[in-house]
Amino acid sequence: MRATIRLAATGVTLAMLLLGAARASHAADSLNPPADAKAFQKFFTDKFPKVKLEDFVNGPYSMDEGLYKQWKEKEEFPPYEFALDAGRDLFAKPFKNGKSFADCFPNKGIGIRQNYPYFDEKRGKVITLEVAINECLESNGEKPFSYTKDDMASVTAYMAFTSRGKPFDIKIPNDPRALAAYENGKKYFYTRRGQLNFSCATCHVQSPGDHIRAEVLAPALGILNAMPIYRSEWGGMGTISRRFTSCNSQVRAVPLKPQDDEYRDLEYYLSYVSNGLPISGPGARP
Amino acid sequence: MASTIRVRATSSGETTEVQALIQHPMDSGFVKDASGNLIPPHFIQQLTFEYGGKPVFVADWGPAVSKDPYVKFSFKGGKKGDDLKISWVDNKGATDTSTAKIQ
Amino acid sequence: MTYSLSGGVDETRRLILKGAALVALVGISGIRFGLTPALAAANDKYPEDAFKVKGPDDAIKALYGKTAEKSDKVKMDAPEIAENGAVVPIGVTTTLSDVTSISILVAENPNALAASYVIPAGTVPSVANRLKMAKTSNVIAIVEAGGKLYSASKEVKVTVGGCGG
Repeated sequence: MRATIRLAATGVTLAMLLLGAARASHAADSLNPPADAKAFQKFFTDKFPKVKLEDFVNGPYSMDEGLYKQWKEKEEFPPYEFALDAGRDLFAKPFKNGKSFADCFPNKGIGIRQNYPYFDEKRGKVITLEVAINECLESNGEKPFSYTKDDMASVTAYMAFTSRGKPFDIKIPNDPRALAAYENGKKYFYTRRGQLNFSCATCHVQSPGDHIRAEVLAPALGILNAMPIYRSEWGGMGTISRRFTSCNSQVRAVPLKPQDDEYRDLEYYLSYVSNGLPISGPGARP
Repeated sequence: MASTIRVRATSSGETTEVQALIQHPMDSGFVKDASGNLIPPHFIQQLTFEYGGKPVFVADWGPAVSKDPYVKFSFKGGKKGDDLKISWVDNKGATDTSTAKIQ
Repeated sequence: MTYSLSGGVDETRRLILKGAALVALVGISGIRFGLTPALAAANDKYPEDAFKVKGPDDAIKALYGKTAEKSDKVKMDAPEIAENGAVVPIGVTTTLSDVTSISILVAENPNALAASYVIPAGTVPSVANRLKMAKTSNVIAIVEAGGKLYSASKEVKVTVGGCGG
């Protein structure tokens, strides 16, 4: 078993090396996001033949039986329940000007989580759900939320909840800037950083299911589908922003500011390669 | 303010299964805050479930019960539509009470 | 005269007995006595002192005033390895009859007693909850049935402690 994992990991490293080489020689014209996503998903389903594609959204719980049982017990009355209720209230509460979140989003904000982030061709930027929520607040004269937890986690928890089961449907419009954002996110994902010299992929592509110290590493495939999450380690809720910044800190790199352009591009890439997998957030994690 | 108590009580005819989740920090008194000061203990001491005016379950808790505590139990009887009364008191004397309909 | 005196003695005796019972109930660190289950539940006082004792044996003594014997009729459902010491799901069930309480202790925690549940007549002797564990430890379940104590224990490995930041 272990030997197989090693072999598979070596395979990927090789594949990535080749990919890197290909990228270097062919530059931007070789970009093919649909092929990327297909290869990315195939890698995980090959590596974990027993795990169904849609189950990757359950993170480390899909890879470890003991953890799976503890998760099932937690899901009987999940710890994100209070955040979900708070989010429902915040979402429904009118702003001072009488408008509410429903006025800022398509379909009044219900069942749309799977379409974020999207590439805004007018501004030439990736717009994540967290950014869209704060833009909604600010354009209505309200104070923006802090990106990492509390109200932002609550509102995104509620919006994810209304979208549960809907497959991620991230689009890359025919705009070279959108492709560039995707490519930049991918580069961020595979670039090593920090004192530990880890990339996102070191843990979440090469080693999901394995332990790093005491924790079982989550697969990158489907990792954002479960956001936001209640993490026992945090003793509370956290958003995608919190996940990215804390990951960077854990490899002893200096995290970027939440919703920095690079993080947005990373979220764009990572969401795109999980296209087709269902939204499962809010989630609970160790 | 929203209730700190979430309860699901489901009757299967013979027994009623009750699950409850309470929003409470359950500070143990052994953890330090960011500036190195001990966070004083703050935890629910007693949680009571009453049906038909009688207690059907009493939880005595210490600070080792997890944050946002959860408990599950079952009692015989309990009709769909009847009320189950839940209340807690913590070590600082704070309390909350809620009533749930058995489903 | 004799009658009234005798009545007076009786009255006094009853008062003294009542007082003694009251002292016993309130005074001695919440030790539970052999009351009928319904009464025990109704009069249940929070056993504050038992929660402040260090080791599991002393905590059991402080709570019940006696010791427990191992029983395979006490079943504990606990993970081999806790995903995080902050949230360890633990369940206790028993096939014993006349159960009046179930308690759960974590031997290596600063104070061993974690939770104690009063089970009135008519309540199923089964409980599940989530506990904090500072480190790898034996978890001990105590079932009080027919006035006696029965126990089961299981080691739960904790790799991420539940008592830090």
